[in-house]
Amino acid sequence: MEMTNNQFFLTSVEKFVRWAQKSSIWPLTFGLACCAIEMMNLVSPRYDMAQFGAEVFRSTPRQADLMIVSGRLSNKMVPVIEQVYRQMPEPKWVIAMGACASSGGIFDNYAIVQGVDEVLPVDIYVPGCPPSPDAVLYAVLKLREAIASGQAHGGVMRA
Amino acid sequence: MRQVVRSGDYDLDLEELVIEGEGDRMTLSVGPHHPSTHGVLRMVLEIEGERIVKATPEVGFLHTGIEKTAENLTWQQAITVIDRMDYLAPLSNNLGYVLAVEKLLGLEVPPRARILRLLFTELQRMASHLLWLGTTALDIGSQSVLMYAFDLREGILDLFEEASGARMNPSYFRVGGIAQDIPEGFEDMCRRFLDRVPERIREIRNILDENPIWLDRLKGVGVISAEDAIAWGVTGPNLRACGVPYDVRKAFPYAGYDEFEFDVPVGENGDCYDRYVVRMEEIMESYRLCRQALARLPRGPVMVNDRKIALPPKHEVRQSMEALIHHFKLVSYGFDVPAGEVYQALESPRGEIGFYVVSNGKNKPWRVRVRGPAFYNVFAMPVMMQGALLADMVAIIATVDPVFGEVDR
Repeated sequence: MEMTNNQFFLTSVEKFVRWAQKSSIWPLTFGLACCAIEMMNLVSPRYDMAQFGAEVFRSTPRQADLMIVSGRLSNKMVPVIEQVYRQMPEPKWVIAMGACASSGGIFDNYAIVQGVDEVLPVDIYVPGCPPSPDAVLYAVLKLREAIASGQAHGGVMRA
Repeated sequence: MRQVVRSGDYDLDLEELVIEGEGDRMTLSVGPHHPSTHGVLRMVLEIEGERIVKATPEVGFLHTGIEKTAENLTWQQAITVIDRMDYLAPLSNNLGYVLAVEKLLGLEVPPRARILRLLFTELQRMASHLLWLGTTALDIGSQSVLMYAFDLREGILDLFEEASGARMNPSYFRVGGIAQDIPEGFEDMCRRFLDRVPERIREIRNILDENPIWLDRLKGVGVISAEDAIAWGVTGPNLRACGVPYDVRKAFPYAGYDEFEFDVPVGENGDCYDRYVVRMEEIMESYRLCRQALARLPRGPVMVNDRKIALPPKHEVRQSMEALIHHFKLVSYGFDVPAGEVYQALESPRGEIGFYVVSNGKNKPWRVRVRGPAFYNVFAMPVMMQGALLADMVAIIATVDPVFGEVDR
């Protein structure tokens, strides 16, 4: 964006849209396991994700554009998470929060999907078991950068 | 039967809003992704109008295979997966498991470790009840209580972080004691936190206790009789809300609870409101226990002085060949536990959590079976929901306080 002397902005539509998208990310209330508790802490007084415009946790996928997969994903949950992801409108982003969502974590067994990226396209991985809310805040900031620079396509297929 | 829903205020024919079903009955599936289910519970409800006729919980969406995974880890390593079972009370899980293994080994932990364990599990109970309070209040519609409760809970997480390095899932206890002694200044930090508790709890109760919305949503809702609760295996605050003073800490004292003074708060009616009151009073009882534990915390070691169980001190490892060998053996192979089976129950924030541990004399558990209290509490929900309104389902699920890591394991 550049400012002229006549007090108006010149920008491209795409940049403007990306600016709007990154400034109000609405996460989905989708808690799976331990990490969900730390995800809830994001709206608590100490961490306060509202300062980045991302505090509006939506319960319905149709109003959300960020899915924070918080916790271990069991095989039984896979169809559910796929359906919820499909119900989210585009553009949509996915953060794999914690070791289990990123790679299966310490649960290398018959029940747990070894990383949520086996079923969903993941934009940001957050390490930790569970990651502290600061780490998730950092991930949200990184996601904002990626959206602004056009790196994170948000599930939209590009030609 | 065709049922046409008409709006009273507008003279519109809402022919589109037709509900079809057998008779007046309709089946409604709630969850597993639903804001009120506190995790991944699916409730299949049969409703007549707004009344719930039958509720069937479906669980297993978070099945992690924790019991099976524990069989492939050494006795000390298994603590880490057991942590992640009931993730609101990881230290209670830890304590149950290490007590069971210590029973098999015939170990007596040093007094400082015993009292520190008690202090940390009681802090954990406060943290768990505070989180329950915040989320329940949010479900009922009060967002400010969530903020108050989370603010106070942060203080406890800070204490955990200070002592163990992790906010949640600390894996702080070990077979034979605790991982490391509390850092310098921890006791003062703990006292400073405890100073805040009574005032803040009073504040929260001032907001909620006589709030007409809170009372309307909780009083007389989700009632379960003491007989039903016992028959369904309900334990913990949910059972005590029915007036049954059963608390494992009193009935089968463990970890030195018999030396401490505390009361077991009970309710009368077994409704959602009593479950709330019991939990709030339990926070204050935990507060009392923490104060007592801090006051009588002795000096001394926090691990048993048994080189076959406890890691040798670091300075010895650098100087002594035997200590180095012990260190290597314990870290790589672990230790053998005599063959046998043992059941250890304890009072977690959700009720009686039991660990049935079987050893075949090797360095790994042969079987770790967990009796998760939340599992039994979830399956008593249909009794509470019988005849309740659909909107009450939210209050009932919230006040039963299920944690699905533990239900599904």
